[in-house]
Amino acid sequence: MATREEELLAPYLQVRSVLGVDGTPVGPEPDLTPDQLREIYRWMIFLRVHDQRLLTLQRQGRLGTFAPFSGQEACQVGSAYLLEPRDWIFPTYRDHGAMMVHGVPEVNIIRYFMGDEWGSRSPDGVNVFPISIPIATQLNHAVGCAWASKIKGEDAVAVGYVGDGGTSEGDFHEALNFASVFNVPAIIFVQNNRYAISVPLHRQMKSRSIAQRAIAYDIPGVRVDGQDVLAVISVFREAIDRARSGGGPTLIEALTYRYGPHTTSDDPKRYRSQEEVEEWQARDPIERMRRYLVARGLWTEQEDEDLWAWAREQVAAAVAEAEAMGRPDPAAIFDYVYAELPWHLREQKEKLLAELARRQGEVKSHG
Amino acid sequence: MARMTMVQAINDALRVAMRRDPRVVVMGEDVGVNGGVFRATDGLYQEFGPDRVIDTPLAEAGIIGTAIGMAVNGLRPVAEIQFDGFLAPAHEHVVNHLARIRWRSRGRFTAPVVVRIPSFGGIRALEHHSESIEAWYMNNPGLKIVVPSTAYDAKGLLLAAIEDPDPVLFLEPKRLYRAFREEVPEDYYTVPIGKARVAREGRDVSLFTYGAMVPVALEAAEKAAQEGIDVEVIDLRSLMPLDVEAIVASVQKTGRVVVLNEAPRTAGAAAEIIALINDKALLYLEAPVIRVTGFDVPMPYLLSEDLYLPDAERVLAAIREVRSY
Repeated sequence: MATREEELLAPYLQVRSVLGVDGTPVGPEPDLTPDQLREIYRWMIFLRVHDQRLLTLQRQGRLGTFAPFSGQEACQVGSAYLLEPRDWIFPTYRDHGAMMVHGVPEVNIIRYFMGDEWGSRSPDGVNVFPISIPIATQLNHAVGCAWASKIKGEDAVAVGYVGDGGTSEGDFHEALNFASVFNVPAIIFVQNNRYAISVPLHRQMKSRSIAQRAIAYDIPGVRVDGQDVLAVISVFREAIDRARSGGGPTLIEALTYRYGPHTTSDDPKRYRSQEEVEEWQARDPIERMRRYLVARGLWTEQEDEDLWAWAREQVAAAVAEAEAMGRPDPAAIFDYVYAELPWHLREQKEKLLAELARRQGEVKSHG
Repeated sequence: MARMTMVQAINDALRVAMRRDPRVVVMGEDVGVNGGVFRATDGLYQEFGPDRVIDTPLAEAGIIGTAIGMAVNGLRPVAEIQFDGFLAPAHEHVVNHLARIRWRSRGRFTAPVVVRIPSFGGIRALEHHSESIEAWYMNNPGLKIVVPSTAYDAKGLLLAAIEDPDPVLFLEPKRLYRAFREEVPEDYYTVPIGKARVAREGRDVSLFTYGAMVPVALEAAEKAAQEGIDVEVIDLRSLMPLDVEAIVASVQKTGRVVVLNEAPRTAGAAAEIIALINDKALLYLEAPVIRVTGFDVPMPYLLSEDLYLPDAERVLAAIREVRSY
């Protein structure tokens, strides 16, 4: 017989699925058109190609430190796909997939990882907050943003992204608490990829799921198969509808896995086995969606080849565009500290620009 | 005009701002029904309701973090941190985000949050309730830092801070909250951020200070006058940006300088002002600059608070020393 505790936790341990590992439906499919289904698949392939290309660029010294998300494409696409332009996302450094799905051009992402702050400038009208490197802080920003929507009588939703390690930070709990107390239209989306760099989840918490932490804040908590893009979309549809209609926040835990390192600065072989990686690769979100589309007669092998080729061309063009941009304007590091340059920054900027001009003159006269 | 204490002037500024701009919201611990532990938000909850005068959970990181999100999404939050020492839990949001949103997004997003913080010593409070935190943030680009010392300035500077497109730390000298009453206009006006105020004109010695040390400086100046030393007291009002023109003009006039702050000595605001004088006006000096500061110790408890805080006698000794050099 189940204990009371087990009964209470059961809904938070159950994993929501739509597609089995072989792509066969095992749960109710979200209401999406064939074009939408193909678009979702196209996004995932584009993100995989983008990610692998940027990893290579970093190894070649053409990019700074880079945080790859390969393996997490279903979470990236599924979390952002249903959002309206008026909705907001507050990403981590491993959410540039979702950022692109919500409207940030790929060239911005490449420039960001090349080391240009301009990359963090979302185009006007694209409600994507700059990447937050400090862990979990952005959840409070998302909650404040959603709260402002509510105060202004608007229906925009804000999604805050965080990883499993981030759930140990105070900001995670403060954000959930504020979201709960003020019933704001926020979605806290945890991509549980099992490791915070090297530290496994069982050293982050003794709880049996991250989703169950919703109990403490008396808000809905959902656990979803993060390798199943249709499942991620389904839980997001419910959370978005709830938020938009005044029903308040939702905590979503997606079970996922990053195939690569935390960033290009670490070696995951030190803390996890190749067998484990292969187990997760066998549950690949892209392959699963491909099988589903083929089985439904919505996709062919030929289309698949064309799509991978198209993605490689897209990414190559964006990389070329980013590399052609050269170095940022030196004045820019001063120009955005305040709305107007105060006297001391004006002095420092003029001094740097004069120094750069002098050095350039020297190079010319010695050239 | 009405005669107001500084805390009444702050309350009036908030009310005026909220009446003229529906984007302004006030948030913090006990700011609603209770009107703030110092009564700075008294009556606002009754006038503007719980959506605009928000009693938050007791979580400073959450307060500043959510205020950032609100500001990015078009509101003008005025967040109260109950006491100076309790900004520490929100430090990450202040330095890693609040100060950098405009810069990081190349102007696409801004976070015009005003953080009001009852600050500094002199009210016989518990530990962590009497801190001078301005230097923590002067070395952190992207913030403006404002410290009023009169009721008139408190209202005008707070209204300027709320109107400002950038985040402002508004440090309120709690020792001066009820120390005096002054004529304060009841309508809307601003006092520009970044401009110092000549609190007392003088020819012999320049005394640069701010906040709760302004009355101490004026008292010392009166005593010096009895000894025939004419001291000019400059109330800096803004520590970021500093009013370099006012500082240089006064140094050029007197050639003798005392800098006074109640914060610990090492790497305090006084040290920066002296470095600035070195950069801009060294050759006008007739004597080495003297700084009068708190000690490099944690802020003592109430029985020893007076040992720590600079008083008029300590300032007067520095004035004499710099005058007779």
